[in-house]
Amino acid sequence: MSTETPRTPMRIVEKRIALSRRGFLKGSGMAALGVSALSTATLMTPARDALAASFKVLGPATGKTLLVLARDIFPHDRISDRYYLQALEPLEAQAAKDDKLKTLLTDGVAALDRLAKERLKKPYADLTKESDRVGLLYVIEHGAFFQKVKGHLVTGFYDNKAVWPLFGYEGSSWEKGGYINRGFDDIDWLGGDA
Amino acid sequence: MKAKFSLDDDSVVVIVGSGAGGGTLADELTQRGVNVVILEAGKHYTQDDFENDEWAMFSKISWLDKRISAGGWHHTETYPNLPAWIVKGVGGSTMHFSGLALRFLPHDFRTRSTYGAVAGANVLDWPISYEELAPYYDIAERKMGVAGTKASGLPEMPPNNHYKVIAAGAKKLGYKDIGRPVASNTRPNDGRPACQQIGFCMQGCKIGAKWSTLYSEIPRALETGRAELRPQSMVLKIEHDKSGKASGVLYADKDGRQHLQKARVVCVAGNSIESPRLLLNSASSVFSDGLANSSGQVGKNYMNHTTAAAVSIHKGPVYMYRGFDIAAVISDEAQLNPDRGFLGGYHLEGLALHLPFTAAFMKPGGWGREVTSALDQYDHMSCVWVCGEDLAQEENSITLHPTEKDQYGLPIPIVTKTDHTNDAAMRRHGLAQWRKVSEAVGATRVIDMPPYPASHNMGTNRMSANARDGVVNKWGQTHDIKNLFISDGSQFTSSSAANPTLTIVALAVRQAEHIAGAMQRREI
Repeated sequence: MSTETPRTPMRIVEKRIALSRRGFLKGSGMAALGVSALSTATLMTPARDALAASFKVLGPATGKTLLVLARDIFPHDRISDRYYLQALEPLEAQAAKDDKLKTLLTDGVAALDRLAKERLKKPYADLTKESDRVGLLYVIEHGAFFQKVKGHLVTGFYDNKAVWPLFGYEGSSWEKGGYINRGFDDIDWLGGDA
Repeated sequence: MKAKFSLDDDSVVVIVGSGAGGGTLADELTQRGVNVVILEAGKHYTQDDFENDEWAMFSKISWLDKRISAGGWHHTETYPNLPAWIVKGVGGSTMHFSGLALRFLPHDFRTRSTYGAVAGANVLDWPISYEELAPYYDIAERKMGVAGTKASGLPEMPPNNHYKVIAAGAKKLGYKDIGRPVASNTRPNDGRPACQQIGFCMQGCKIGAKWSTLYSEIPRALETGRAELRPQSMVLKIEHDKSGKASGVLYADKDGRQHLQKARVVCVAGNSIESPRLLLNSASSVFSDGLANSSGQVGKNYMNHTTAAAVSIHKGPVYMYRGFDIAAVISDEAQLNPDRGFLGGYHLEGLALHLPFTAAFMKPGGWGREVTSALDQYDHMSCVWVCGEDLAQEENSITLHPTEKDQYGLPIPIVTKTDHTNDAAMRRHGLAQWRKVSEAVGATRVIDMPPYPASHNMGTNRMSANARDGVVNKWGQTHDIKNLFISDGSQFTSSSAANPTLTIVALAVRQAEHIAGAMQRREI
């Protein structure tokens, strides 16, 4: 008796955000215009300024620095600034109600900028080389400001359901009947080792 | 039929705690005609409250009252106020229980005889043997519906991707004892459905396929009409009469109002931090060092297993979160083999973490590309938890903070733990073996993780043949007070390499038989 069953391929989770048709057309339009040939850094700058404008409590300048800092703490190249903003939003909301936190964040950003100017002649967020910025973070990593932002991001960033698909993680499953019929045992690359 | 007992009813057995020990005891005692009052510190959650969300459930059900990590262990830095990861709610930590139901090995009950005197440790034989407990292990496996055991008759849990990738590596390495005895239904059983491979077993099983006293033992006890459950009832003190017998317990209800429930027998099952804490908090003019503490061993010998963890990044996707949280469990290393350079043994337990917990536990405090380059490969990860024997050491302990009090006005517990040299050797060995298991199937990167907060807490009211060496006798009855029992993992004399729940349940079944008999014979 053969136990062979016809092989169905492993159900793969595409690590991307599913775009709407409208978004897709917009994206391909940009590509057709050759925008994708520009460096991501150039592309991101105006976008980052636009996002930073939404920091109403801390202000756009502090907000922009926090965005760069958040990405330097947990750098995921495939994940856009939008998700770092989402991660920081609850922190800003807390700062609106907590003066001590607001001071910690604004003073922390100011101190980081002072350090950056002193050593590299530019504010932190304007340093284009990641290694320059990270070098400064090693100086401040044990301080209360860095610890607060990093500690917050562990949940603020990774517990955001919107980023989960980008890691191939599917989240809540009971309402879909679990994985009993959705690939709990579909691994197909073990070959002879299985 | 719901029972209601008056505070003055001194014929009842009061059970403090409703988890693996207390919940099982309530079920077994009521089946034998005994009336019980269950006092549970936490709320009564139901499956409607369960979410497939790691942090949401962590915040909802964890025991988050302040505790302090002290001593030489990693937790003083990584988890200074969360030494242990256990649950505050009806059903206790059986909600968070991974489901892994391993038996102790025969030598685990005879560690002093087997190992001899161990420098720096306080190793002792249990007053019971494996053979005495074996029939109760059968009952426990049946009650809990442990998949793949003869006693339960339930089929094995079908292997998921995570199981397969670990088992394949283990086999290539020559391991033979690879399995997955988990307390989750592999077909409908005991009024509960079959596992649907949902994952999130440690966040409370949404469908109740995984065993928990919350929806098996507790409702069964209530249905007899001989049990009353009082949630949000934090026991402050066990009272005693002039003769030194336990006479009742003082507890605070959800509004902070205090009540004294009289009792014929008191059974303490509040987990290995709260149980000794309660005995210490019950000090009186007669028992100035706390109840049942003539040996001075209450709160001592705290064990929480020698643990380590690691994630491995594989060449293809694994999606470890799909399906039952426990993957393959390798038990070959649980056997005695002093040639490895340490006493005792360990299990390599495949244990899935979802993305949020992986990010939190993989490298606590870490940041930068070292962390994110690994997390980018989350979908390719497998994850292990090394669970090894932790030797009893007297100075590893639960003590009371001299000044700081919690919301009930009780001194905060301090959990002091320092590794024995044996632990470091075992941890190194376990992580090295895991690396080989992973690399055997082509893993490209293996990241060792520090131990995370302990869900296995044991030993702080240990069993001993002689009253001077421990707190309770072979029935879990305190040496000093005959109507005071300990009914949780704090009775453990050794920790073994097995997850404690199955043994807690087996001991509770055996204890219930003894208590019911002793009550009938009017011995207590």
